[in-house]
Amino acid sequence: MNGEAHLAIEVTGLHKRYGDLEAVTGVDLSVATGEVVAFLGPNGAGKTTTVEILEGLRTRTSGDVRVLGVDPAEATADWRERIGVVLQGAKHEGDFTAAEIVTMWSAYYRSPRPTPEVLDLVGLGEAAGTRTRRLSGGQQQRLAVALALVGDPALVFLDEPTTGFDPAARREAWQTIDGLRSLGVTVLLTTHYMDEADHLADRIAVISRGRIVADGTAPELAAQVAMPSRISWDAAELSPVALSDRLRDLLRAQAAPSQAAAGTAAAERQTGQQAARPALATHDVGAAVRELLAAADAAGARLDSLAVQPPTLEDSYLALTDSDAVAQDADAAPPAADGRRGRTDGRKRRSSRQ
Amino acid sequence: MTRLRQLRSEARFSLLGFRRSPAATFFTLVLPLVFLVIFTSIFGNSMVGPPGSEVRVATMYVPGILALALISATFMNQAIFVVVKRENGLLKAMRATPLPPWVYVGGSVGSSLVLTALMTVLVVGLGRLVYGVEIQTGAVPSLLITLALGTAAFSALGLAVTCVCPSEQAAPAITNMCVLPVYFVSDVFIILEDTPSWMSLVGDIFPIKHLAHALGHTFDPFADGLPMPAGNWLVIAAWGTFGALVAVRWFRWTPRN
Repeated sequence: MNGEAHLAIEVTGLHKRYGDLEAVTGVDLSVATGEVVAFLGPNGAGKTTTVEILEGLRTRTSGDVRVLGVDPAEATADWRERIGVVLQGAKHEGDFTAAEIVTMWSAYYRSPRPTPEVLDLVGLGEAAGTRTRRLSGGQQQRLAVALALVGDPALVFLDEPTTGFDPAARREAWQTIDGLRSLGVTVLLTTHYMDEADHLADRIAVISRGRIVADGTAPELAAQVAMPSRISWDAAELSPVALSDRLRDLLRAQAAPSQAAAGTAAAERQTGQQAARPALATHDVGAAVRELLAAADAAGARLDSLAVQPPTLEDSYLALTDSDAVAQDADAAPPAADGRRGRTDGRKRRSSRQ
Repeated sequence: MTRLRQLRSEARFSLLGFRRSPAATFFTLVLPLVFLVIFTSIFGNSMVGPPGSEVRVATMYVPGILALALISATFMNQAIFVVVKRENGLLKAMRATPLPPWVYVGGSVGSSLVLTALMTVLVVGLGRLVYGVEIQTGAVPSLLITLALGTAAFSALGLAVTCVCPSEQAAPAITNMCVLPVYFVSDVFIILEDTPSWMSLVGDIFPIKHLAHALGHTFDPFADGLPMPAGNWLVIAAWGTFGALVAVRWFRWTPRN
């Protein structure tokens, strides 16, 4: 039980192999007590596998894992009293009311929270008597969180709490997860949305192809990859042909990551924009703008459409995961539209090898 | 104490799920009674059999229908509800809680036992009030043993069959495929007398005929429950053990789809 006071989760050198497929290839991760950490990565990166190992639902191939001071491979009922789990895609009996389901699950714990209290915690007090098939997507996710909280856990795992949600339902789920912080619960959540990780978590661990590629706060991640800013304008005002060689090099530099990310929706959008709206990628914004304005002067163009955009978190995330995810993401999927299908396939592949 | 409370809670919610499912309610509670009425209407309820040991026709149908109800309450319901829970990710989610798996299974079997008891009262009551079929007092212990053994064995077989059900849509089809043909050679729908020997042999292999006969023993006005149907019990227990072994070996908690 050493170190439990400080670290709720401690993982070193975690590996998981399914036959020839190496799903997790050396994950190191630590989560302090009371911390909210996001485990961020594209579909098939190994998020769910890792989290299910931490939950004691999957065995590992090698590595050291301590969750609340215990190896989850030797999980006891006592240990399970202290963790709460929200699995991806669990669907509760549609004929039961929210209160009935919470009451049913509360019997699984030694000293559960009373049902009305749990429902209020997640903002479902008013829907207590509603059959779950009539709950909205956001409300159903709140119910799932309620079930994770009913045993009064010290640590909660949330696996992709908002995948496939519309913006309103996402907002709702975020509020509930934010509420966990005030309960003093340690939270590890997985997501493939950068904005979600940024909004909810104290710290973000980025996983790609089975290993952690970055770990830190959102600004730290941005600093780590040091993405360039983007300078863009309408090609109608100034054709890229009129640029100096040096600026044209920056144009080409901009094109490179898009090719790397080919196949993703974001990349397609970028490529599409490039024709009508050329963009320069640079760390020295001042110099590039001066040179661009000089080129515009020389061509007699106005450049009303000029825009300078600092790197976004999304850019950092794509840079972190794309650099080595190109091959693996060949079958993947714009996160929003196809993400769920990609995930189901992944789960099927895994469970068939159990 | 905690386990007892948990068993009660599981059984209670399992019954609640049953009550809220129109299909389960119809097939388990209503259909057997409808069959009993239909069969006795078609075949009448006259006295049949060799002179001196005549019985009413319904004496032969009541135990068959009781077997049908028991199998529906145990085998069918276990299999279908477990597969639904499994495919919706609920069994997996349950594994992440402190609830011991045997408590879940125990609660679920407990709910089947309650349904079986309820159906026994209904079928036997209808048989007695409307068709004049009596339970022999001396046969009550034998009846209780048969019901308990039958519930355990057919619940185990229900859990075993979940191992071959790939989806919740497949579960009702596969479970019906297992029992429907066997009913016809097991003296449930049709009482086979001058049957081809292969049909009677098929019926002997599977446990349904043995359940029907062990129950039928209870209503035999010339036996008064003795000797107890030990041979039938043995076959039922053997199938139950087989089901339990299959379930222990191949039961899965995670969805297939």
